[in-house]
Amino acid sequence: MEKKIRVLIAKPGLDGHDRGAKVVSKALRDAGMEVIYTGLRQTPEQIVKAAIQEDVDVIGLSILSGAHMSICKKVLDLMEENGIENIPVFVGGIIPEDDARELKKMGIKEVFGPGTPLSKIVERIKGLFAEV
Amino acid sequence: MKELIEKLKQKDQKALAKLITYVENNEDTSFIEELPSSGSKIIGITGSPGAGKSSLVDAIITKLREAGKTVGIIAIDPSSPFTGGAFLGDRIRMKKHFLDDGVFIRSMGSGNSLGGLNESIFDVIKLMDTFGFDYILIETVGAGQSEIDVVFASDVVILVLSPGNGDEIQLLKAGIMEIGDIYVINKADLDGANSLKVQLEYTLSFSNVKKPIIETIATSGVGVDKLVESINDCFYNFSKNGELKKRLNRRIKKHAETIVLKKVKHIINSKETKSVSSLVTETIKSLCNMV
Repeated sequence: MEKKIRVLIAKPGLDGHDRGAKVVSKALRDAGMEVIYTGLRQTPEQIVKAAIQEDVDVIGLSILSGAHMSICKKVLDLMEENGIENIPVFVGGIIPEDDARELKKMGIKEVFGPGTPLSKIVERIKGLFAEV
Repeated sequence: MKELIEKLKQKDQKALAKLITYVENNEDTSFIEELPSSGSKIIGITGSPGAGKSSLVDAIITKLREAGKTVGIIAIDPSSPFTGGAFLGDRIRMKKHFLDDGVFIRSMGSGNSLGGLNESIFDVIKLMDTFGFDYILIETVGAGQSEIDVVFASDVVILVLSPGNGDEIQLLKAGIMEIGDIYVINKADLDGANSLKVQLEYTLSFSNVKKPIIETIATSGVGVDKLVESINDCFYNFSKNGELKKRLNRRIKKHAETIVLKKVKHIINSKETKSVSSLVTETIKSLCNMV
């Protein structure tokens, strides 16, 4: 049996724009992955807990509120605290280039800005899964 | 593996999660049988898509937690028959329990299974049972008329209906309408709920066993107290009249059947296609050689 890639798609923070998260979720589903969608306004604690219980291979955070720096830091810290820092995290949203560089330094594996082709996201996630 | 099982017995959620992934992805899961049982109460929740199963599960969790009970949830959504992918969205309705250590939610795709569950369901139930949840809730995929496998997995089955899904002719059909131990009319505040109740009472009056009908509004918690009471009554009665034991035996048989069928499928797919009869003979031969 080939293992299905399990991806958690979460929307941390307070913005309600979940179109992007849904479009990406559907693309990943169509690429044969199991997508666990946790919905809007998730706290980092909720995201990390869900990632543990669902034993996901990759975590995707969709953030359009501008709070990406603090949210990502919190999520990564909590992941380390809970011993799941090995799960790769990617971020989608409107992220300025400088911030994207900072996020990658922080440990975020990939940042997908507006206009990223879905096929690129799918390929990159497959790559992240293979690297672990 | 040994280490994971030890951790599972010590109620480590991460170990439980890893072991579920293992049984989902490996053919040989015979280690499961050796695991101790804690006597979890297993409740199946089924019904058509959008009837409110996930919201009802959420409301039931709240009540059970108020009573100090721990709960494991297996929430199943359909897998694509084309890509194998799945969008698992049941969890969204259960957000408020994410941080509660007495609650463990696991989403699963239905995989190749057509009965509304997942082929690994029996293994996953056993793992949760060993972990020691007081209750295990299994939420099926949105079920139509004949996805009734939940009957074989659970001690008690709740069938969730909501207004607007057809007339009493639907209620008379065999299959899913027969499998409920408890019938829930969710969205009881909507138009048509009352006539659904009347029709359902009428249909159920044909059978000898009296089954409860509970009206709920899952999103606001109305009627859920009554539902949980009814669930506990059901367990009480079933343990007294021997039904629980019967259902446990039924579960064991179905589990064995699932394992054999998996093997058969595997063998058939590995053989060269000649004729139907030669495939049948060769498959049976291979099966015999496995013993």
